[in-house]
Amino acid sequence: MSTTLNPDSLATPAKPRKLTVGTVLFWLAVVAIVVFCLAPILWQVLTSFKVNEDISAIPNVYFPTRFTLDHYIELFTRRPFMRYVFNSALVSVVSTVTCLLIGAPAAYALARLRPLGGRIIQAGILLITLFPGILLLQGLLEIVQAFHLGNRYLSLIIPYTAINLPLTILVMRSFYEQLPRDLEDAARVDGYNTLQMLTKIVMPLTLPALVTTGILTFIFAWNEFIFALTFITEERLKTIPVASAQIGGTSVFEIPYGPIAAATVVGTIPLVLLVLFFQRQIIQGLTAGAVKG
Amino acid sequence: MAKLELINLNKTFTPRIVPVKDISLSVEDGEVLTLLGPSGCGKSTVLRMIAGLEEPTKGQILIGGRDVTYLKPGDRNIAMVFQSYALYPHMTVYDNLCAGLRLKKVPQDEIDRRITEVSHILGLDDLMQRKPGQLSGGQRQRVAVGRALVRRSDVFLLDEPLSNLDALLREHVRADLKQIFSAQNAPVVYVTHDQTEAMTLSTQVAVLNNGYVQQLDAPENIYNHPANQFVAGFVGSPQMNLLTLPCQGNHALLGDFKIPLPDLPTPPPSVVLGIRPDHIHLLEADESTDRPILKGKVFLVENLGMNNLVSIRIPNSQGKAIVLRALLPPATWANRELTFTLPPELTHWFNVQSGDALVRRS
Ligand SMILES: Nc1ncnc2c1ncn2[C@@H]1O[C@H](COP(=O)(O)OP(=O)(O)OP(=O)(O)O)[C@@H](O)[C@H]1O
Ligand SMILES: [Mg+2]
Repeated sequence: MSTTLNPDSLATPAKPRKLTVGTVLFWLAVVAIVVFCLAPILWQVLTSFKVNEDISAIPNVYFPTRFTLDHYIELFTRRPFMRYVFNSALVSVVSTVTCLLIGAPAAYALARLRPLGGRIIQAGILLITLFPGILLLQGLLEIVQAFHLGNRYLSLIIPYTAINLPLTILVMRSFYEQLPRDLEDAARVDGYNTLQMLTKIVMPLTLPALVTTGILTFIFAWNEFIFALTFITEERLKTIPVASAQIGGTSVFEIPYGPIAAATVVGTIPLVLLVLFFQRQIIQGLTAGAVKG
Repeated sequence: MAKLELINLNKTFTPRIVPVKDISLSVEDGEVLTLLGPSGCGKSTVLRMIAGLEEPTKGQILIGGRDVTYLKPGDRNIAMVFQSYALYPHMTVYDNLCAGLRLKKVPQDEIDRRITEVSHILGLDDLMQRKPGQLSGGQRQRVAVGRALVRRSDVFLLDEPLSNLDALLREHVRADLKQIFSAQNAPVVYVTHDQTEAMTLSTQVAVLNNGYVQQLDAPENIYNHPANQFVAGFVGSPQMNLLTLPCQGNHALLGDFKIPLPDLPTPPPSVVLGIRPDHIHLLEADESTDRPILKGKVFLVENLGMNNLVSIRIPNSQGKAIVLRALLPPATWANRELTFTLPPELTHWFNVQSGDALVRRS
């Protein structure tokens, strides 16, 4: 992590650091990568605070001197943006939870119960992850129409869950296989029944994996565009990506860069918060100390 | 109270993997039965069947006369210490100890009483609020034993509980375990491939190999009167000398020397002689004996610290020279000519084909 202290500099604070070509190149590379990754985001953030003249000014105003919250205010007053946030959150949370609720037990069964044909099932799951999602659109649309799911949250929740299940199952399965078998045996000797063993022993130990796969599913669902655009046409059911893309100006010729940038920022913040909040969980290795060290 | 009986147990994983073929054992209250055997001989499998973690293919398991063969582990009232300890890593030591009791709905004050008692015996008082990850190997081992002790179960099972400890700690814990076992009044089944543990801890030793019990006996009998060649070779370190010798009349030919056979109805054409290295008796210069005298030359000396393990080559005009290994007090043995005898009461004879002892101990 970036906050890790360099042990060398702690031990010998007085020693001046030598500036070699290697270290210079290293830091140049670091800066280049960071700028490359973050510049578009920074650009969006800055744009969302710029006044309209600065946005359309030529030459470009890279670092604005005048700031405004108008775009954000517009987002929430002229459009039902809270509604979009709610839609996105609902769809993402429900599909993430469903995905974990189905995927984790399935993965456990594959890892521990060794069902007949388990390897074939596993190969099938792997195959599905290789399938490009866009190819599913046509077929899914038919299904959505056939079951009259159009303009319902379910039309997004079901595909999002299904698309993320294979990855969840594969990741969780490898986690369960690493879990020492003796632990579950000890639990059974102690008198846990299967359900108690899964919730009290196995689940707490695989929490990091659950959180990791959960976050991946959540991010996918939060950002998904094509399905959300196709299956939902009603304004009050739209999710953030679709709503942001459809923000229009007052005339055909005006592209409202400011509100779009503001929408992007508002759409990204929950993800950043989510990852920051669960980061400790992801990093923490909870299995330490189960068996001999 | 809760005698443990295994009746004709068999475990067939696949037609080709049958680690337990036919094993019958019984362990009384207060007895410690050790399952001793080489790696992969099915010791853990037997223990897991007793615990209910593995279902026997054939046979029965009785605890206190009750048939538990198909009961779930939690309903058998057994406690088990695993080779890897298998402590719950996300719980504190205290929670590890009381998890099983909570499930059985033991009242809280009773739980606390038992934990205090056990933690006193095992010295866990200062560790109660730590997680297993913050404990040393020896401490984890004690917690694992403690978790089994608080259960106050009908049967106590341990699967190589000391194999992860270093040699010094192992001796300590071995002594502790011996005391704990004698204080417990329940049948204990202890799995190990370490003979010292088997000898020191148990009242009965069952030597397993090939899915069968090779010998079931008190530890000293296992050592002094091995029932067959496998037990003779497996128990005791350094290993017993086992020599296949031709016979002439009622003598076995050890190189150029004749050793009288024990009384047998019909003298066999050949026989296996077994003698422990520490039982070879060296003759002093002026010592006289009526036993057959053997002579040989030392060609290898291994220093074991307290003793020297000396390899002696015995001349054989009929074929290749025969090698005997003897455990002798430290001295400069290299290249010396030695004169010695094999005490008949410490010499073992085995059938060449079956490997069974020729003389059954009365
Ligand atoms: N679930 C299983 N499926 C198939 N074979 C198994 C299974 N469990 C154990 N075996 C086999 O059974 C045999 C006996 O195993 P077991 O664990 O009882 O040996 P052990 O005597 O405890 O050995 P060690 O001293 O190394 O622990 C081994 O050959 C092992 O490969
Ligand atoms: Mg084993």
